This record gives sequence, C-alpha cells and structure tokens, in this order.
Amino acid sequence: MKHLPSDAQWLFVLLLILWGVIPVRAQSPNDASFLSTLGELREATYSEKASLIERLGQGRHPSARAVLTALLEGRLYFRNSDQKVLIVKSAEGDPLNLIDPLSLKDAGPAPADSLTQIGTNNALRRGLRTTVARFALSSPEVAVRVDAVREMSRSLDDASVALLRERLVVETNASVRKEIGTGLALAALEGADAKARLQAIATLKHSVSQDVRNRLALLLDKSPSGAFVESDEKVRRAAASAVETIDDWRTFYAGIQTLFFGLSLGSVLVLIAIGLAITFGVMGVINMAHGELMMLGAYTTYAVQVAMPGHIGVSILAAIPAAFIVAGLTGVLMERTIIRFLYGRPLETLLATFGVSLILQQSVRSIFSALNRSVVTPPWMSGSLRLNDALEVTYNRLYVVIFTLMVFCLILVVLKRTRIGLEIRAVAQNRAMAKAMGIRTEWVDAMTFGLGSGVAGMAGVALSQLTNVGPNLGQSYIIDSFMVVVFGGVGNLWGSLIGGMSMGIVNELLEPYAGAVLAKIFILVALILFIQARPRGLFPQAGRAAEDK
Amino acid sequence: MFRLWSGISGGDRGGAWFLTLLTVAAIAVPVLNLVVPASSALHLSSYGIALIGKYLCYGMLALAVDLIWGYCGILSLGHAAFFSLGGYAMGMYLMRQIGPRGVYGNPILPDFMVFLNWKSLPWFWYGFNHLPFALAMMVFVPALLALVFGWLAFRSRVTGVYFSIITQALTYALMLAFFRNNMGFGGNNGFTDFKDILGFDLHSDRTRVVLLVVTAAALAASYIACRAVVESRAGRVIRAIRDAESRTRFLGYPVESFKLWLFVFSSVIAGIAGALYVPQVGIINPSEFAPINSIEAVIWVAVGGRGTLYGAIAGAVLVNYAKTYLTGAFPEVWLYALGALFVSVTLFLPRGIIGLVPAGGNDKRLRGSGECKAEAVAANARPMGRSR
Amino acid sequence: MQGRSRGCECEADGAQPLKMNVRNKRLYLEDLTVSFDGFRALNQLTLYVEPGELLCVIGPNGAGKTTMMDVITGKTRPDSGTAWFGDDHNLLEMSEPEIVAAGIGRKFQKPTVFEQLTVFENLELAWAGNRSFLKTLRARITAAQQQRIDEVLEMTGLSGQRAALARNLSHGQKQWLEIGMLLMQNPELLLVDEPVAGMTPHEIEHTAELLLSLEGEHSIVVVEHDMSFVRSIARRVTVLHEGQVIADGDMDKVQQDPRVIEVYLGV
Repeated sequence: MKHLPSDAQWLFVLLLILWGVIPVRAQSPNDASFLSTLGELREATYSEKASLIERLGQGRHPSARAVLTALLEGRLYFRNSDQKVLIVKSAEGDPLNLIDPLSLKDAGPAPADSLTQIGTNNALRRGLRTTVARFALSSPEVAVRVDAVREMSRSLDDASVALLRERLVVETNASVRKEIGTGLALAALEGADAKARLQAIATLKHSVSQDVRNRLALLLDKSPSGAFVESDEKVRRAAASAVETIDDWRTFYAGIQTLFFGLSLGSVLVLIAIGLAITFGVMGVINMAHGELMMLGAYTTYAVQVAMPGHIGVSILAAIPAAFIVAGLTGVLMERTIIRFLYGRPLETLLATFGVSLILQQSVRSIFSALNRSVVTPPWMSGSLRLNDALEVTYNRLYVVIFTLMVFCLILVVLKRTRIGLEIRAVAQNRAMAKAMGIRTEWVDAMTFGLGSGVAGMAGVALSQLTNVGPNLGQSYIIDSFMVVVFGGVGNLWGSLIGGMSMGIVNELLEPYAGAVLAKIFILVALILFIQARPRGLFPQAGRAAEDK
Repeated sequence: MFRLWSGISGGDRGGAWFLTLLTVAAIAVPVLNLVVPASSALHLSSYGIALIGKYLCYGMLALAVDLIWGYCGILSLGHAAFFSLGGYAMGMYLMRQIGPRGVYGNPILPDFMVFLNWKSLPWFWYGFNHLPFALAMMVFVPALLALVFGWLAFRSRVTGVYFSIITQALTYALMLAFFRNNMGFGGNNGFTDFKDILGFDLHSDRTRVVLLVVTAAALAASYIACRAVVESRAGRVIRAIRDAESRTRFLGYPVESFKLWLFVFSSVIAGIAGALYVPQVGIINPSEFAPINSIEAVIWVAVGGRGTLYGAIAGAVLVNYAKTYLTGAFPEVWLYALGALFVSVTLFLPRGIIGLVPAGGNDKRLRGSGECKAEAVAANARPMGRSR
Repeated sequence: MQGRSRGCECEADGAQPLKMNVRNKRLYLEDLTVSFDGFRALNQLTLYVEPGELLCVIGPNGAGKTTMMDVITGKTRPDSGTAWFGDDHNLLEMSEPEIVAAGIGRKFQKPTVFEQLTVFENLELAWAGNRSFLKTLRARITAAQQQRIDEVLEMTGLSGQRAALARNLSHGQKQWLEIGMLLMQNPELLLVDEPVAGMTPHEIEHTAELLLSLEGEHSIVVVEHDMSFVRSIARRVTVLHEGQVIADGDMDKVQQDPRVIEVYLGV
C-alpha cells in the first residue's frame, strides 16, 4: 500500500471499518425479519408462499438469493426437531450437507430423515425463476445477465420493468443492453398509448427470437367475442409486418443452420473421400476396406481415451496422429502384402480388399466386442456457439468442418509442394518413366496407399465425435464415400471436396421432407442419372488406366 | 448318362460332368428321403433337402453372375437384388396363399398389413394369388429393373469399377427401401410362415422333394441355355466385348445392345433362382438385398472358376457348404475364413479351382477374363499397371 | 448420304470449287487443312488415289500422315478442303461407321485382334453380317462365309493357324490377321498404318506379298517408314512434309528429288 498522508490513512481505516461494520449493523433488524419470513415459508400454503417469496425478493437481504435459488432447486429444508429452515448443498445422498441460510456457511451434515423439504409447485417455480433472475441482473458474467434478462422478459411486471430500466442505465455490455431493450419493448406492448406500442414494435422488429415473434403474433389474435385484441389498426399492421420480417429472418437463419449441418456431414464424407481419391485416382486401386480403415481410426480414438482417462481434452489431439499412424500402417501392410500383386486388375483388387475389410471387421469384433463404444467429447469441443436467437452452431461439428479443411489443405500441400508428392504424381502419370528416372516406384506406391489410409484414419477420429463407434461403422459410410468419388471425379481432390460437401448439404436438405432413408435413395438415383450426363464425374481426370478397357 | 449329356452339350466335358452329377442328385434325393426309412443312416432329412435346394439356387445365381462377369467382364456387385426381387414375388404369392389361416385370420390381407391397420390390399399385390401371374412377375420385375438400370448405365458407357460401385449402390438402396415398414412388403420382418404352394403343404417332405427336383431342372435348363448363348456367335461377340470393347464397336457391333440383352437375361436367371429359393427356406426379408450377399455370389464364381459356367456352380456349392459347416461349428471363424478366401483366391487362384484341374486348364472353353485385358492394357495404353 | 455427287456442276451452295478435270479416282483429297492449336498438321494437302492402286505415303514424323488418315476415316474434321470417296461419298459429311460401311477399312499400328478367340473366330466376327444380338444368337456359319474365311486365311497365310488362339500368334501373324479381318469386310480402300513395324525380315517379305496380292481389287494406301519395304511394294510413292505433298512418283524419282533429300537428311 502506498504511503498516504497520515490523515488520509486514518480516514481510510475509518471508512473501512464503517463499510465493513455498518452493513452488518444495518442488516441486523433485517436478519430477524428474514428469518421469520423463512419460518413462515415452512407452514405456508402455495399461494401464501408466493407472497412470501415476493417479500424475500424485495427484501434485498444478501442471503435472499441463495435461499430463493435453493427453494427453486428443491434444496430448502427444515429440521424436524427445531423447525429451523436450512439449505442443503445437494438433495441427493445421505447424510445431507447443510448450509446456514443466514450466514451461508457450512452447518455440518444431518441424516436425510431428520429434514423435510419445503415444497414448490410449477407456478411457484415460475415466479421463483423470475425473482432469482432479478438477482442475476447484477452478476459479473455477461451470459448470466443475458439469461436473467430473458427470463424476466418472459413474465414482465412493473417491478421487473423498473429493475430493467434501472439496469439499463448502468449496463455497459452491448448484447445485454439489447436484451433489456427487447424486454422493455415487450413491456411497452402492454401499454395504453398506441404510439408507444408502435415504437415498441419498431424495436422488436429486429429480433429473431421465437418468444418475441409469438408475442407479436398475439396482437393479431381475436378475442372470443370476435374483436381484435389489439384495437389500433396501425399497430396491427405494424405487428403483422414485424411478424413477417421476423419469420423471414428465422427462415434465413434456419437455412444457414441446415447448410452448416450439411457442411459438417459433408466434411466427414470429404475426409473419407480424400483417402479414396488418392488411392483410387492415383493408383487405380479400389479399396473396399477403406471404411474399415476409418473404423480403425475411430477405435484408436476410443483406445487413446481409455488410456488417458484424466485428460480427455488432450486425448483427441493425441488421437489424430495415432489414428493416422494406425490406419496408415495398416494400409501400407495391405499394399505390400496384397495389393501390389494386383495392379492393373481393378476388379480383383476390389474383391481382395473386400476380403480384408471382412477380416478387419471381425478382428475388431473379437478385440473390442461387437457392441458400440461411445467416445467422449472433450470439454473444449462441447457446447455450442449461439450466434443469435435463430442460429446455434455446435462446437463439435464446427471443429469437424475446420479439421476437414485443414486436412484438405495439408494434403494439397503435400501433393503439390513436397518431394514425395511430386513422386506420387509422377508415378501416377507415367510409371515407366518415373522408374526410369530412378524413382523407387514400389516405395512410392506403399507411401501413397499409406497416405490415403492415414487420412481415412483421421476421418475416423472426426466421425467418433459425431456418432457411436462400432464394427459396422465403415460399412455405413463406404457406399456414400464411393458416391462422392464417383460424383466428384476420380483422383481429383477438389472434386472430392465439392462433391462431398454438396452431397452432405443435399442430404441434409432432403431429410426433413423425405426422411433419412428416402433421402438416401433419392441421392443414389440422382447420382445414377447424373452419371448419364457426366460419366466421369464433375472433374474428370484424363486417361486413367483403371477406366481403360 | 454322361454320354447323353455329353452329346447334348456338344463336347463340353465339364458341363457334361456337371449335368450328370445334377441328374444323379435329382434322383438320389427323392430316393434317400422318401424311400429310405427315417431310421437309416442314409436317410436325408427335410433339413438336408432344403439345404441342397438352397445350394442349387445359389448355383443358379452364380451362373447368372458368371455369365456377365466371366464372359463379358461386367462385374455386378448387386446381383442379389434380382435374386431377392424374384424371391419377393414368390413370397407375395405364398403370402396370398395363406389366406385366412394367418394369425389375424384375414382372408385377403396378410398378417403384417392387418398389424399396420391397413384396410385393403395395395394395388401392386393384385393378381398374386394366381400362380401364373406370380411366375410372370418373378421374371418380369427383375428383368425390368435390369433393363432400365442397364440401359442407363451402358448407354453412358459406365464400365468397370464405376459400374460395380453403382450396382452396389442400387442393391443398397433397394435394401433400405424394403426395410421400410410402410412399403407394403413386410418391412424388416419380410414374409414368412408360409403354408402351402399350389395347395401342397410346404412342410411336407414330398413337396420339398418336388421343389428340389424342379430347382435342379431349372438349374440344368439355365445351364444349357447359358452354354448355348456362350457358344453362339453372339457369345463370341460378347467375349470380344470383354477383351477389346472399342475394337468390337469399331467392327460395327452394337456393344450396348449386347450388354443389355445379356444383363437382362442374367437377371432373369437370378430372379428365378430367388423365386425357387423362398419356398425352400421358408422366409424372405430385406437383408437378402444386402450388398454382402451380392459380393459373396461373386466370390463363389471366383473360387469355382469364372468363365466356365459349371465352375461357378461348383464354387457356389463348395463355398456355401463351407459356410454352413463353419457357421455351425466355429461361428466367429466364418468371416475370417470368407475374408481370407477373397484374398487368397484373387491372389493365388485367378482361374479358380477349375483352373487347377489339368484337363480344365486345356479346355478351349476355359478363358480367364482379367488377364488378357491386362495385357491389352499394357500393350495399348499408357503404362500404368505394373508389368509382370 | 449426301445430296449430290462430286461430278455435279452446281456450286450454288457455296461449296469449295472442285477440280473438275480430275475424275475417276477412288479417293480425292483436295486442299485439306487441319490445325491443332495453331499447329498446321495438314496444309492444303492434295492427293488422289487411283482405283486398284497401291500407294505408299512416306515422310518424316509430324508430316501429317496419321492426320490425313484420320480425316479420311472421319475421326478428325478438316478446317477446310474436300475429301471424296469415289464420286458419290462426301467423307466430310459422313460419320465414322458410315465411312466404314461405305468401304474404307483402316488398320492401325498396333494390332488389336481378339486375343481370346481363335483366328477363325476373329475372322468370323469381322464378317459383315447382321450384327444384332438376336440374329447373332441364332447365326450359323454359312457355306459362303466358310469359303470367304478360307480365302482370307489363304491370302494372309494363316490357314495353318485356323484354330489357334489369337494371343498365341506372333506379332507379324497378328498383323496379318488384322488385315484379314479388314478384308472380310471387303473394303474398296484400305488404309494401312505402318504394317511392318516390329516384324522380322521374313514377316516383312510376306507382308509385302500380301499387300501386292491385294492390289487391283482393292485400292491401298500404305504409310511406312521402312524404306526397303516401301521399295519392294511401291509403284507410286508420295512424300509428305509439314502437311503437304512435296514429291510424287515412283521410288527412284522420289529418292532423287532434291527437296526430299533436304527434308530427310537436312542437307
């Protein structure tokens, strides 16, 4: 502490004492009334409880919030022996841990049967929510304040409105201010002055919340007698237009939501398809075990999580290279032992790799059991980002999309900028020439296949975040991924990207109307028809031997 | 008898052997079941009859696959779709035959429809209470699908692996569709609990034996028909298409038309096989459409020896026998064995088992399908495949 | 089929003016120009083939020999010029199959016979009969077909290999088989692209005999590099260079032509 002049020091100490002591002093009579109200809560009927709650809310006792929150959550009890009202930490377990309602300090444990819960009903809880929300208005966290305002806006009374107005003066955060503005506007809708109502509607027009929209729609309702609820015609027109605007915006955002879902679904397809595009396009090999390689990646993620139980957040990041290696090595093994003997015979490779897929599936069943396993989503990937009232993006899907784009760019860089990528492309275009130039084509083949398989493994990591992991995981996606490759054009990375994303989006668009199964059927049929027009896909590659007869 | 078949099949030794064996079986089975008493060790149980009948049906499916794959290079990974469509047609007839004897006792509506609260028979079920109509549908429906699908595919010159992939997609889509409960085909339960066919009780040994003999006859007839196609000039054109498609087109042959005819013919054989399969196993459900079934059919052909016709049938019987044995004795091993079979046959036995038989190797009719193409590719195209 | 024949006087529809003094040829190529991305493969090429003639076309690589054949068979369309087959067939208005049907057969450099069929079956398939699926299903070899196949086998010297699988033939034999397949269609004009590449001297000799035996009944245009072979068969040689004819005549005359020497030897 800086060295203040002696007068100031004394003043400071005095103020400190006053500040520390006086509030305690000043609350002392309130403590008594607080406790007596609590006592009344014990015996009161539900309607009496409502007014008691009101009283506690107005009372501004520092412990009121904790008590009311406890009551809302069913954690307010009274001790049978001395009728004292107590808060419990958690309603589960025995013995229950007590908290003194006045000091909010721990009050030791007590057996569950020595306490009786103070009950609430739905109506009470509604009121409690609003009341508690009022306390939350001054919370230091923005998100809490926003939720508090929202809660209060659902049931506006004069007291709440006054509180909101009060808060508006001191509130600095823009989004909270906006929420308060909406809340106040909703309140103004009840007002007598038509002009004020019009003004309110003008404010509310910019919202995209379902609650606001419904409230505005109420203005257009008719009462049982046939007359409009809202008497002023201008106001009605404004309300109708506002509802329309809100609906349009909500539809727009819903579209973006669908787009986003489609992109995340498409991302998985793209990840799988990249691997296929590399092995099929560059090497002319149809790998029916590709789905199983992806499954191996997903199981690797599971295994890594099991091995690192305390570090779920990191386990995902560790799983990515692990899955790449596991799947990649499996791929290299396949290439060295089986596929390299079958070059130039794509139909035979198809069959042989199908055999490998069966073996892989059965192995996983033997090692891990045939049941599905669930992979836990790490905390930094859980939850969602709420962009506005109509648009919410879940973090896991968002990360999957970002991950896919990163992998795509990485592969592009590897193929276009690195030595190995150059060798891969050379071998793909003219094997004999590449060999003549001293490139070790056998090694390149193994690496290419390993690369494609490794990417499949990473696809498995992504997929593990979106769905359950089981031995049949590969089978569910393999047909879709072939579709992407056929649609986008063989051997073309951009084709896979665009093809995968668009198929994901189309699937997502169709599902609400047609259901998952019909959507799939439709896509299959559409693809067969599409092939009529463009037999080689969107971005055909010229002169691949796999297609030559 | 061998000479008899030999004469008919015109010097096709392998085929003559096959037909002889088939005739022997077709005679032995009724005898071993109906004549030999049940107490004897030689007696063939009802289960045994059904099993053999099943194998024969699979043999027909393998025949259908070999016809287009071994001789024309068209690898269909969805042929079980045609098999299942034929099976469903027969199933619909058998369901209608149940009549009022079903659980719900409704004379017109099968049980599953009553369960779904349907009031009347959907339009596509009309006529299935008459066997001739059902028989026509068993042939017509697979043929129609093959016609439309094949026309679309061949017309746009979709070949090779692309074609295989979309046939797989086709059967997968059909599987999804038939799994839906409100399609009117029994949903995921399919059709079962059949009572009789043409008035004969399906569970009696006599009916089973007759069905088996009919199946054997159908298999023989299909074989002879396929052999006739393959030995004709059209068959030579088809093999030319397999080996050098553009050259054949250049010679003026309507390649797409040939492929389409062959594909449709093959689908009809598969459909009939499916239709005969259903009364013998007593059930049909959408999992018959699963892609794995079609791919298994391909492996039967590969194991037996593609491009021989009789090899395909032999492969079907052998592999399925192994499957029956393994899934009974060591269930977890079956998938490993199947997978290993795929790998080893493609790597080590490109001509299948028939290729191992010395006489079979010299048989003029034994033509491997993949290798010649590879050579042509190596000779003509940019070097992409590894030179061997 | 096109509406008018070559001999007609009408030019009202703005077609290229025809060289009216040239008649009774089997093949007329006049002022053909073909450009690929700025590169002129054919540069106002003019060439005539007499009926029954055996013409050799030679020239350095890139001279336009293959492009010329592509134009004749309809694989490539020229930017300008005319191409007529006989007096009735305007090749520029016909599709490839139509040109084949009109009687022009082309043999490519690499033999593409059907490896898994016998020599006999290869020839049988090449026979210009009904090619629909149903007809071929029921078709039997007629006596006439049998005879024709035997003739062709005789001509190409493959009678002994009648039942052999085509894949087992030597390179030279495959070439002859392919020529045989062409002959089955009895074309009036044969275009033969480098037939003796990769052949043994013995095979080359036999090929020369074969081609010479066809002369008269068929018109033949042979493109080749092997000079001794050309000498052994050529009555008339045409030299192409940069898409144009720079010399035409018998072998001696052409070999002594100073322009030809310059082009070949760069002197």
